Amino acid sequence: MAYSLTINERSHTVDVGPDTPLLWVLRDTLGLTGTKFGCGVAACGACTVHLDGVATRSCSYPVAKVGSAHITTIEGLSPDGSHPVQQAWLEGDVPQCGYCQPGMIMAAAALVQATPHPTDDEIAERITNICRCGTFNRIRAAIRRAATT
Amino acid sequence: MRAPLELSRRAFLVTGAAVGGGLLLGFALPGAGGRALAAEPGVNPLTTWIHIRPDNTVTLMVPSSEMGQGIDTALPMLLAEELEADWTTVRMALAEANPVFNNPQFRNQITGGSRSIRGYSEPLRRVGAAGRTMLIAAAAQAWSVPAEQCRAERSVVSGPGGRRATYGELAEAAARQQPPAEVALKKPADWKLAGTPLKRLDTFEKVTGRAMYGIDVRVPGMLVGTLAAAPSFGGKLRHVDPAPALAIPGVKAVLPLTGMPFLDDAVVVAADSYWTAKKGLAALRIDWDPGPHGDLDDAAVLRTFRAGLQEPGVNAVDEGNAGQAIAGATRRMEATFEFPYLAHAPMEPMNATAHVTPEGAEIWAPTQAPGAARDAVARFLGLKPAQVRVHVTYLGGGFGRRGEVDFVFRAVQAAKALGVPVQVLWSREEDMRKGVFRPATLVWMRSGLDAAGAPVGMQIKTVNSSIRARIAPQTVQDGLDKGALEGFAETPYAFPARRVDYVMKNLAVPVGFWRSVANTYSGFAMETFLDELAQAAGRDPAQFRLALLTERPRHAAVLEQVARRAAWGTPLPAGHARGLALHQSFGSIVGEVAQVSLQGQEYRVHQVHCVVDCGLVINPDIVVAQMQSGIVYGMTAAQYGEINIESGGVRQGNFPAYPMVKLKQTPRIDVHVMRNEEPHGGVGEPGTPPIAPAIANALFALTGRRVRSLPLSKHGFTLA
Repeated sequence: MAYSLTINERSHTVDVGPDTPLLWVLRDTLGLTGTKFGCGVAACGACTVHLDGVATRSCSYPVAKVGSAHITTIEGLSPDGSHPVQQAWLEGDVPQCGYCQPGMIMAAAALVQATPHPTDDEIAERITNICRCGTFNRIRAAIRRAATT
Repeated sequence: MRAPLELSRRAFLVTGAAVGGGLLLGFALPGAGGRALAAEPGVNPLTTWIHIRPDNTVTLMVPSSEMGQGIDTALPMLLAEELEADWTTVRMALAEANPVFNNPQFRNQITGGSRSIRGYSEPLRRVGAAGRTMLIAAAAQAWSVPAEQCRAERSVVSGPGGRRATYGELAEAAARQQPPAEVALKKPADWKLAGTPLKRLDTFEKVTGRAMYGIDVRVPGMLVGTLAAAPSFGGKLRHVDPAPALAIPGVKAVLPLTGMPFLDDAVVVAADSYWTAKKGLAALRIDWDPGPHGDLDDAAVLRTFRAGLQEPGVNAVDEGNAGQAIAGATRRMEATFEFPYLAHAPMEPMNATAHVTPEGAEIWAPTQAPGAARDAVARFLGLKPAQVRVHVTYLGGGFGRRGEVDFVFRAVQAAKALGVPVQVLWSREEDMRKGVFRPATLVWMRSGLDAAGAPVGMQIKTVNSSIRARIAPQTVQDGLDKGALEGFAETPYAFPARRVDYVMKNLAVPVGFWRSVANTYSGFAMETFLDELAQAAGRDPAQFRLALLTERPRHAAVLEQVARRAAWGTPLPAGHARGLALHQSFGSIVGEVAQVSLQGQEYRVHQVHCVVDCGLVINPDIVVAQMQSGIVYGMTAAQYGEINIESGGVRQGNFPAYPMVKLKQTPRIDVHVMRNEEPHGGVGEPGTPPIAPAIANALFALTGRRVRSLPLSKHGFTLA
């Protein structure tokens, strides 16, 4: 099946099966490898992208469901790492192994977009991605920093 | 300090060479892999440590695998410090497998045991100092002035009369200088870069999605495979009909992988994408022979280990007569602890990419053991090690799991069969089920108190499967795996008498190094049992420990510091309590205090105070990050960590069944780094052992119940 997708404000046509998760369209069909595979069951959030600004776990989101939604990946969040969340991440030296961080950053960017000044409780409820390096103290601080810029 | 000449002659050889107008600096430690010297250090930038280019950049090939611990920043800091390089011009790249990059502490290129700084610090400082000397010599020669009148600072050599030249300008001439036989290292007190909290060099890549992990490798013409391995350990493939998978468009091959002596049989489906391969695999009906261990389960493991507790085992430590001392004690106490198997569950599932041709093999892998992978693959393919190139990518977590070579072999097996480059990417379920596991372990401890409440001795018996018996059997002698007793065999506590025994019970479940290894259980058992003894003695747990540390001022200082920072002993809100633990591992001493509250069976960890003494510090912010990391990793294991064995395999498959501590449950973690000039200790692992006993001790203070097995979830506790 051919699908027309708008990814990072550019149009792409891909020919894949309708049940193909968006994650694998991004990674294997289009070569956008910034979005990561962690669990395949929407449990860890490493694959988080935005669909019309909403944080979405792409490993369990079939391409057929995307429709006309605008997809934003870590590659499109900013061209140069200048998004306030990325800047806050740089300031706080958040990543360790870094593998979960694109998904984490996309989840955080969606949070501060929807809730410009999240409380600690809101951060705790909304950031449910897994980080095995345990960077959570720095993630929390970076989201606060991003929210004040 | 002046490096002893004798040592420098024996152990260290700097080589310099010119390439493209730049300076390549190599070095070799003959004892760390004799072939190093012959590795053409002058001509190949990829197998040379340092490259100073005409554009004034200084690039260090980082020999250690970067898996989050920040070694790709700490080692360049040490180099820049001695080289007097401008930090803004310092670059790093990840070194491929080559004996020149061997860690002297392993004589192999391995990242593990929190040993990268300890292994590479001094040689790297020496080569930096040698490079500085050669650059100064080049400038002095060009200016016809004595070298003593020139100095280097921030990548510029300056001399009499205001003469100046950048490292980039001097690099080619420096390459023609004779490397010094002896170098003077800077005193840490004079350090300007090292010892400061510089930002990591890899953060930009990692926040923009540009960092390349193993899973991101793309080789022209590459297929992607995924696998199902025999569900039971030691299982064999009876039969698989490839037709259902091959009927799916995009599926290219179904490969039975059998006959590997140290790998269970598996089936790989290779396709044009991961999703297609996964669908192909799901379409197969694979007939497995469960093999000789198909009945193994948790109950059988426990039976074996409990029987082991009744055996005398092998004696590792016998100081004084602990049994007699304890028999004569005023009060005697004993406890048996049970620890489950644990999986590593790094965020990036196991994967590797390989291209095998008759002439050689090229491998791209997120590996902690590129040297071992290279040698093992060469043996398997009948090639010379030099015919096998192993490129090391970033690792999406390692924790010990990626020191194995199994995931590299799956790619090599598939690539050999297909003749084209293949990436074999495991599902999360395969990653969890076909891992190597922190050994399930039983520990028995016995001690006694004298009339004054002081311990008279300590007896410890440990029963588990030996990691070294699996991966390095030659290091296990007479049934004793010394690694299994880390944290028991050596202890900072001054017990008047000690006996430590080991009972090895090797089973079909493969056991491996898991962040902090034996210290995961020795730290828990020792620190909760000491708490129990303190309580029996009617003593404050901190004071009780301090009385046993009078000969260990660094340990006592860490304990006192963490107690002070956590306001140990001061009142807390109702329903709150603090728990304390202190543990030494990998050359570092870590004390942690957890403040915990309990409502019903649900507890919350509000705050953790951590103090670490890791000797001479390279980057204190990276030390802080590693302590925070180790604490969260340890909290996950304490609350949730349990791999169950059933039908000879692993029950859990994905995160819902093997949960993780998330942001909501993560306490505020305050880390204090002690500063001194003691020898380096490691930091990747030592933060993990104290957190579980600190939490368990706090829960005891709240409930009066001792937890003698993990995880806490088994005791009905939930973590808010």
